[in-house]
Amino acid sequence: MATVTTEGTVGLGLRRVSASKSPDQSIKQADQLAILVDISSCIGCKACEAGCSQWHDLKPSLNVGQGMFFGYQSGPGLAPNLFMYMRFQEHETPNGLVWAITKYQCMHCADPGCLKACPSPGAIIQYANGIVDFDHSKCIGCKFCLSGCPFDVPRYDANNKPWKCNFCIDRVSAGLEPMCVKTCPTNALHFGTKEEMLIRANKLLQGLKKRGFEKASIYDPPGVGGTGYIYLLPHGDKPEMYGLPKEASISPLVSLWKGPVKLIGSIVLWGTLLGAFLQLILFGPIKVGKKHKKEG
Amino acid sequence: MTNGWNDIKNADLILVMGGNPAENHPCGFKWAIKARQERGAKIICVDPRFNRTAAVSDIFLQIRPGSDIAFMGGLINYVLQNKKYNEEYIKHFTNAAYIVKDTYNFDPQTGLFSGYDPEKKKYDQSLWGYELDEKGMAKKDMTLEHPRCVFQLMKQFYSRYTPEVVEKITGIPKDKFLEVAKLVAETGAPDKAMTHLYALGWTHHSFGTQLIGSMAILQLLLGNIGVPGGAINALRGHANVQGMTDLAGEGRFLPGYLRPPRADQQTLKNHIEANTPKAVDTSMNFWANYGKFYVSLLKAWYGNAATPENEFAYHYLPKIEKLISMDEILDRMYRGKMEGFVSVGMNILASNPNVKKIAEGLGKLKWMVVVEVFETEMASFWKYVDDPSKVKTEVFLLPSTLFAEKEGSFTNSGRVIKWKYKAVDPPGEAKDELWIAGQLWMRLKSLYKKEGGKFPDPILNLTWNFQNPYHPTAEEVLREMNGYALADLTDDKGNVIVKKGERIPGFGVLKDDGTTACGMWLYSGIFPQSGNRAKSTDTSDPSGLGVYPGYGFSWPANRRILYNRASADPSGKPWSEKKKYLWWNEAEGKWVGYDVPDIKPDLTPDYGPFIMLPEGRGRLFCAPLVDGPFPEHYEPVESPVENILHPKTPYNPVIKIYKSDLDLLGNPKEFPYVATTYRVVEHFHYWTKHIYGTSVLVPNMFIEIPEELAKELGVKEGDKVRVVTARGSAEGYALPTKRIKPLTINGKKVYTVGIPIHWGNEGVVKGALANMITPFVWDPNSQTPEFKGFLCKVEKVKA
Repeated sequence: MATVTTEGTVGLGLRRVSASKSPDQSIKQADQLAILVDISSCIGCKACEAGCSQWHDLKPSLNVGQGMFFGYQSGPGLAPNLFMYMRFQEHETPNGLVWAITKYQCMHCADPGCLKACPSPGAIIQYANGIVDFDHSKCIGCKFCLSGCPFDVPRYDANNKPWKCNFCIDRVSAGLEPMCVKTCPTNALHFGTKEEMLIRANKLLQGLKKRGFEKASIYDPPGVGGTGYIYLLPHGDKPEMYGLPKEASISPLVSLWKGPVKLIGSIVLWGTLLGAFLQLILFGPIKVGKKHKKEG
Repeated sequence: MTNGWNDIKNADLILVMGGNPAENHPCGFKWAIKARQERGAKIICVDPRFNRTAAVSDIFLQIRPGSDIAFMGGLINYVLQNKKYNEEYIKHFTNAAYIVKDTYNFDPQTGLFSGYDPEKKKYDQSLWGYELDEKGMAKKDMTLEHPRCVFQLMKQFYSRYTPEVVEKITGIPKDKFLEVAKLVAETGAPDKAMTHLYALGWTHHSFGTQLIGSMAILQLLLGNIGVPGGAINALRGHANVQGMTDLAGEGRFLPGYLRPPRADQQTLKNHIEANTPKAVDTSMNFWANYGKFYVSLLKAWYGNAATPENEFAYHYLPKIEKLISMDEILDRMYRGKMEGFVSVGMNILASNPNVKKIAEGLGKLKWMVVVEVFETEMASFWKYVDDPSKVKTEVFLLPSTLFAEKEGSFTNSGRVIKWKYKAVDPPGEAKDELWIAGQLWMRLKSLYKKEGGKFPDPILNLTWNFQNPYHPTAEEVLREMNGYALADLTDDKGNVIVKKGERIPGFGVLKDDGTTACGMWLYSGIFPQSGNRAKSTDTSDPSGLGVYPGYGFSWPANRRILYNRASADPSGKPWSEKKKYLWWNEAEGKWVGYDVPDIKPDLTPDYGPFIMLPEGRGRLFCAPLVDGPFPEHYEPVESPVENILHPKTPYNPVIKIYKSDLDLLGNPKEFPYVATTYRVVEHFHYWTKHIYGTSVLVPNMFIEIPEELAKELGVKEGDKVRVVTARGSAEGYALPTKRIKPLTINGKKVYTVGIPIHWGNEGVVKGALANMITPFVWDPNSQTPEFKGFLCKVEKVKA
């Protein structure tokens, strides 16, 4: 499997870089980008899922055979070869049955827990436009990003490198919309600046309220400073119905080493690096070794 | 579609019943979403399952498969009882005022109309006509009070369909039914419109045509036909199935819905007379032109060999004794009455009922040609035969091309014909169908030339004017369909309007004297001298109503909304400013508006808008349907309950019951659950399972069962279950769901089991063919199989 690097995207300007004390000096002003997922117009057709896999040249697993049945879902969830998937959940509510169908992928948090947790300088970056991306050449495979992520997103491949939605940064850099937005047949996905998307979401929200969805709301969790993917939820009081955490926030453990005390921060930083090193020795090689044996 | 896809955005209410557009027409469904977001339209979904459309609808009603006519009857009754119909519309634009002959009768006890012959299982439809005056015009009572006028007969007929009866038959609670009935009835207001979206969920019944007829009645009563945002919209399943239908994909038609000669029509004159109706009211009676279209078709086919002396080569065409439809073909095959079969782009094994019967039948052929892009179940049918060693059928699989590997046109559900270009070369030795047809034809022709044969003339004299006769191009074929002049054509004043040899501007200039040739009158105008209009991509929309007159070409004559004269009231004024579309300009003495008028432009407003009918009026009472002039509720042939309206006639009395050893039907004692088959959005029929990228999206064949039933059977999600019917069985993973609830039908608990269809023996992913279990039962009007509503049981498969 290929690796992800920041090559080719250097012109974009960075806002934050993992394990670096100050933001990149070459910071450029850029509009915050966002995708609005209008759940009330989404039919769960998976065109986005198929388009995503095609654009990123992924070959998702074929889940067949006993124990590999996941109903309307293509599989159990995200994988290193599946950056987004449609989640299907059935709920009885006082207002009738709800078939909650949700597009699920990296949320591109404004305050990314993965980036904060990452001990390796430059392995996780946040571009000025808000896109959060990995640089595999700098990743040490410690999996701290996973513990920092409130949405359980990054997935590690056999080479111990994490994968996730990168907001089609290659397309976006070339002035195109992300692939999922491009493929959506019902205009349930909208792409633009965060400001525009919030305006559009609010307009659609009024429509939903008029239709009787009094609890409808926009999911843009403040616990992570808001997100690059925002959702219009008809049952906004219960985001967990859609598989979204009600209070998305970064684990307090992660923010410890970003605290005001630099010394403690440094200790924690070095500690994490040590931990990562230990983990690499203790767990990493075992998994990799197993995989190599299989492949060999 | 009587309107088009884009027009759905003009609707105030979208009733989805008999279809699942979010699942099967996701791109078109965006117009429904747009109607809701921009106009506050409501979406109502009535279906046996809470499906993807239901997931984004405002109201969902779960209905028992096969009980839809009862629901429709209830709506019609509600509209009539509460006087919610558009009275002016029905008086002037429908046959409500027509007086029906006193030989028409319906007996609610037996559920039979007059003229039923129980031996032949046929009606004498001549008993159902209108009373005519001495001039041959239909007698009318414009007060709608005559006891035998259509309006009164209809009112009486549907008075039996009370909300209570609807609940007992359909399982939809009375209050939910009334909630929807009220919303539907509100669209009878002149400034409101409801559109209806349906597909195979309505056609796949032993009374499918009647079901669509019931919606025609409702929409006519509400004045929702011919207006923006209204219509009955049949959503077609394949990209070009509308084109296939227009071009005579069925044995009962020639291109453009002309008819093949029948054995009792021994002369061209006989044939044309039999198909040229006489107007019974102020009607444009468009089919009066039948002869012009027919002779022009014969001229297109046989050119100089078609002369007035030989009745324009009418006798080159075979004269059929009876209609040979799909059920008849498959039955003959099974009875060993067929020698060979050519299948182009169709998987008749997988897509027709009772796979076992079809497979055994295919095994009795001498040869079969399959023109396909994959090795389908059809090509390897022997895997479904009991004893493959006995199969003698020689199968020729000709590798063909996918849509992106050839150029040509698509006709969409909204009748818009659009050109598409070739994107990639086909792989290997795969060839497009025009190449295959050209090669086959030239070889056949040379054999006939060399060896003569019993009747070589129709083969040797067929027009085949292509630059490369071995490989015609799609545009050459489209030019032939458009038609051309064989002599200078003149107008009334003698001015030449089309020169000899030029392509014609439209079907209006066609003649029955042999001076015009036209391969497909309905598409005429698509390729005039100025060029191929299917290629036009003008996206301007001057009216803002989504008409897009310059985008592609919409048959007929580039009209976007059919019967659009009905968008104006009887005097020619728009019903409302909101629904303004076409109106009568008194000063100019003609129809003007945003679309091509669907009536002769200078025909005064007293002429009826339904120009294809000799009445000029929409039919609330439709005598030409073989199973009755009013849609009546009959149970599916396999039903879990008795027909509470008339137990003696439980199912459609005119359907043909096939009686071979494999034509088995089940009873509710042994098979207590109702089954229905359907599609999922991730797959396209039996094709996409051949492709990895689409296979991964829904890889496994599954069976949807209500959670309550799963509990009874001790089945959990992911367990293997087997659905068994009288015909056979199909295995899949169990998906217990809240989205299908047990229903109470006349006091009895009834479970519905759902079976998606996309698997088979070939492809990246494999699974059972759903049609292993479906019954060989067909609609008597359209010969469409009954896939929605048959009996089954479910067994847990032991690991």
